[in-house]
Amino acid sequence: MRAFAALMDRLAFTPGRKEKLRAIRLHLDRTPDPCRGWALAALTGGLELRTVTPALLRRLAAERTDEALFALSYDYVGDLAETVSLIWPGEGDGAEPPRLSDVVEKLRRAGRAEAPALVSGLLDRLAPPERYALVKLATGGLRVGVSARLAKQAAAEWGGVEAAEIEELWHGLAPPYPELFAWLTGGEKPAAAGRAPFRPVMLATPFEARDREAAEPADFAAEWKWDGVRVQAVSDRGERRLYTRTGEDISPAFPDLVAAMAFEGALDGELLVRAEGDVGAFNDLQQRLNRKTAPKALMARLPAVLRAYDILRAGAEDLRPCGYAERRERLGAFVAALDPERFDLSPEIPFESWEALDTLRSAPPHPAIEGVMLKRLESPYLAGRPKGPWFKWKREPHLIDAVLMYAQRGHGKRSSFYSDYTFGVWDGETLAPVGKAYFGFTDEELKKIDRFVRANTVERFGPVRSVRAEPDFGLVLEVAFEGLAASSRHRSGVAMRFPRIARLRWDKPPREADRLETLKAMIETAGPRT
Amino acid sequence: MRPDDLLHPTPEGLYCPVGDFHIDPSRPVRRALITHGHADHARAGHGAVWATPETLEIMAIRYGEGFAAERRSDAKGEIGGVRVSFHPAGHVLGSAQIAVEAGGLRIVAAGDYKRAFDPTCAAFEPVPCDVFITEATFGLPVFRHPDPMAEIGRLLASLRDFPERAHLVGVYALGKAQRLIALLRAAGWERPVYIHGALRKLCDYYVCRGIDLGPLEDATAEKGAAARYAGEVVLAPPSAFGATWARRFPDPLFAFASGWMQVRARARQRGAELGLVISDHCDWAGLTETIREIDPGEVWITHGREEALMRWCEIEGRAARPLHLVGYEDEPE
Ligand SMILES: [Zn+2]
Repeated sequence: MRAFAALMDRLAFTPGRKEKLRAIRLHLDRTPDPCRGWALAALTGGLELRTVTPALLRRLAAERTDEALFALSYDYVGDLAETVSLIWPGEGDGAEPPRLSDVVEKLRRAGRAEAPALVSGLLDRLAPPERYALVKLATGGLRVGVSARLAKQAAAEWGGVEAAEIEELWHGLAPPYPELFAWLTGGEKPAAAGRAPFRPVMLATPFEARDREAAEPADFAAEWKWDGVRVQAVSDRGERRLYTRTGEDISPAFPDLVAAMAFEGALDGELLVRAEGDVGAFNDLQQRLNRKTAPKALMARLPAVLRAYDILRAGAEDLRPCGYAERRERLGAFVAALDPERFDLSPEIPFESWEALDTLRSAPPHPAIEGVMLKRLESPYLAGRPKGPWFKWKREPHLIDAVLMYAQRGHGKRSSFYSDYTFGVWDGETLAPVGKAYFGFTDEELKKIDRFVRANTVERFGPVRSVRAEPDFGLVLEVAFEGLAASSRHRSGVAMRFPRIARLRWDKPPREADRLETLKAMIETAGPRT
Repeated sequence: MRPDDLLHPTPEGLYCPVGDFHIDPSRPVRRALITHGHADHARAGHGAVWATPETLEIMAIRYGEGFAAERRSDAKGEIGGVRVSFHPAGHVLGSAQIAVEAGGLRIVAAGDYKRAFDPTCAAFEPVPCDVFITEATFGLPVFRHPDPMAEIGRLLASLRDFPERAHLVGVYALGKAQRLIALLRAAGWERPVYIHGALRKLCDYYVCRGIDLGPLEDATAEKGAAARYAGEVVLAPPSAFGATWARRFPDPLFAFASGWMQVRARARQRGAELGLVISDHCDWAGLTETIREIDPGEVWITHGREEALMRWCEIEGRAARPLHLVGYEDEPE
C-alpha cells in the first residue's frame, strides 16, 4: 500500500510521459504479485470500486473530529479525500501497512453494511499518504493522470513485449491479471484470452507537402474521411463488441448496430448516425455517445450505422497481413452480405493526380466529410501510426487572428517558459477569451513570446500572467483550428477544436484582430462539431 | 497589571507601553525587539534593535551593517522596568522567543517556532508564562508535517529513480536551505550540493557558526556544462525557477521544500513535481501540544489561520484571543 501510494503521488505530479512510464515500470519491477496486478488495474480504470460514497466518508471523518474544524479544513484543502486523509486522527498503527491486494480484496467483498467500519478501521491503521490512496480507491475516484494506454505501454516495456500484444489480450484478462504477469515475467503467452478481442488499429499521419512529392498517386487508393467515431466491430462465435480506436468497449450504447452484426469477423470503420435519412452531424452522434444504455426513441430517431473502411478478419482468417487492395476487395464482398440499412462501404475516390484530389478535397460532397484518407495499395494492416502507408489529408484548417491575453508557465522542459497561451477576440471594446493553445510554434518563437510576456506582464496569478492586450499594443496570434461549436460552458459562447498557433503576427495591431461576431458566424461553416 | 497593559497589538506590531518598545514591528520604530531574521519579522530602519547575536548578524548580512542605529544582544536584561529574556524557538539559526515580565506578569512572544528535528539551530525551550503568544501559520488540523528524514528519503528515491535529471529544490534562503542541506548530510548524501548565488552568504554564515553543511558549490554553470548537474541536488530560492536561470539544467525536476506542499492544490499551483513537506513552523500537533505543555493562563494568536486554533482553545476550555497582526507572510523567506 505504501509503494502504491507513492506511485500515485509520483504520477499525479510528474508531467513527463517518459518519466511516468518509468515510474510505472519501476513499480511493476519492485512489487510482487498480485499487488502489481491490482496497481495496473487501478491505472487502467479496471478497479471501479464504490465501497463508500463521498457523503458517508465525510460523515465518518466529521464523527472523528470537530465539525467546525473539519469544515475549516475542507474549505482550505478543497478535496474531500485529501482532507479526510490528513485530518483523520492518529498516525496509523506504525506497523507495516496492509498490502494493496488485501485492501482491494476487502473493499471488493464488503457489503453496504460493513463498509463504514471497514474503511474506518483501515484509516486507523494507515498513515496519511496511504490513507489518501485508500480513500481514492474506496470511492472509485482514482484519477491519477495517466491513461490506460500509457499504463499498458509501461507494462509492455517492462515485460519486453509489444504494447499491441497486450491490447489484443486485454479484454480477455481480469485483474490482477495473473496470466499476463506470468507471461511478462518469462512464461507462456496467454492463449487467446476471451472472444472478440480488440485489435490495435492502424492510424494515418498527416499528408505533408514533402509526402506529396515522394508519393505516386498510382500507388494509393483514396476515400473520404468521415466525421464520426472510428470504431472496430468484432463478432466472434456469438460474442459481439464495438470498440473505439483505443479499445474501449462501447457496445452497450449501440445495441441497434450490435444486433445487426450478423457476421464472423472484424471490421474497421466509422461509426455514424443517420438523421432524417442522411448521415448525421457529429452533434447528432454525440447524443448517443457516453451512455450506458440507449433509449428506444433515441435509437429510432438517430439509428447507428457503420461505414466500413477495412476488414481485419473474415471468419477465422486474419487478413491483416494482406495488402490493402486485397483487403478492400474482400471487404466489398463481406459488406454486400450485411444489412444495407446498417452497413455500407466508404466509397473510393478515383483520382489521377494530387492536384485533382486536392480540388475534390476542398469541396467535399457532404458536410460530414473532414478530408480524404490515402492508403497505399500494397500496405498490410499495421498497429499504431506507421509513417508512409496511410495518410490523412484534411480540409484546410480555419484561421483567425486573435490577441494574446494570458500566458501560463509550461511543464517539464518548458517550466521556465510561458508556453500555454489564452487568446481572445474583440467583443465590442473588450477581448473575450476564445481558446488556449500550447503548440504550433518553434523553440525560437517560444523564446520570443516568453520575452514578450515577461516584459509586458500586467498581473500575476500563481503561474499565470496577464499581458498587455490593448487596441494598439499587444501580440496578435494567427490561430488555426479544426472546428468551432457553440458552447454554453465558455464565456465567449464558442468552443474551438484543436487550436494551435499558426503564425505570430508581430506586424499586426491588436485592433485588427478578429471579432467574436465573425467567429459566431463561422460556427455554420466550421462545422457543428465540438 | 493586566496583560494588555504590558503588551498589546498596534498597527506597527506588538507594543509594550511600559518599556516603550515593539516586538517584530512591521514599520520602523524607536526600539525593536526582534525574534528572528526572516524579512517580515526583521526589518531595517529601527532606532535600536535588541535580538540574539545571530539574528543581528543575519540582519547585517541582509541589510548592511547600518541596519539600525544601535544594537544589543544580551540574553536577558531590562528596559524601563520590564525584564526581557530571549529563549530558543527552534525556527532558524538565532530564532528566539521573547519573554517580557513586569508586575508579576510574564508574556512570551514565541515568534515563529517549531518542535521538529533541525540540526541547524537550538531546539525550542518551553517557558512558563501567563500569556503565550503563538503563531498559527499551519493552524489547521490537516497540517501534519511528516518526519523530515522521511521527506529527504523521498528526494533520495527520486534521485535514484531519475538519475539523469537535475533535482532543483526551491528553498527559502534563511533556514530552509541550510536545514535541507544538513538533513541531506544526515541521510548520508555526500555529493556536493549546488546552490544558487542568492543562498551563498547565509550558507557561509551558518558554516562559520559551526554548522557542517559539507561541500557546497555554486550553481553557476557556464554554457555547455549542463551535463554535470544530472542527478545532482541544486538549491535555489523559488523565484529562480521562473527565471531564465533554471534553463541551464538538463531535464530539471522541480521540487519544493515547504509545509505548504502538504496540500496538493498548493503544490500544483507551485508547479512542483516533487513536494517535500519540510517546514520550519509547527504543524497542528506541534501548536496544540506546545500550548498544552506550557499551559498558559491565556493564549494569544498572531498570524496565520487563527480561526481553527481559536476553535480548538474553545473546545479545550482555554482563554484565547486573536491579535489580527498584519504584515507577516504565510511562510516567509
Ligand atoms: Zn520566520
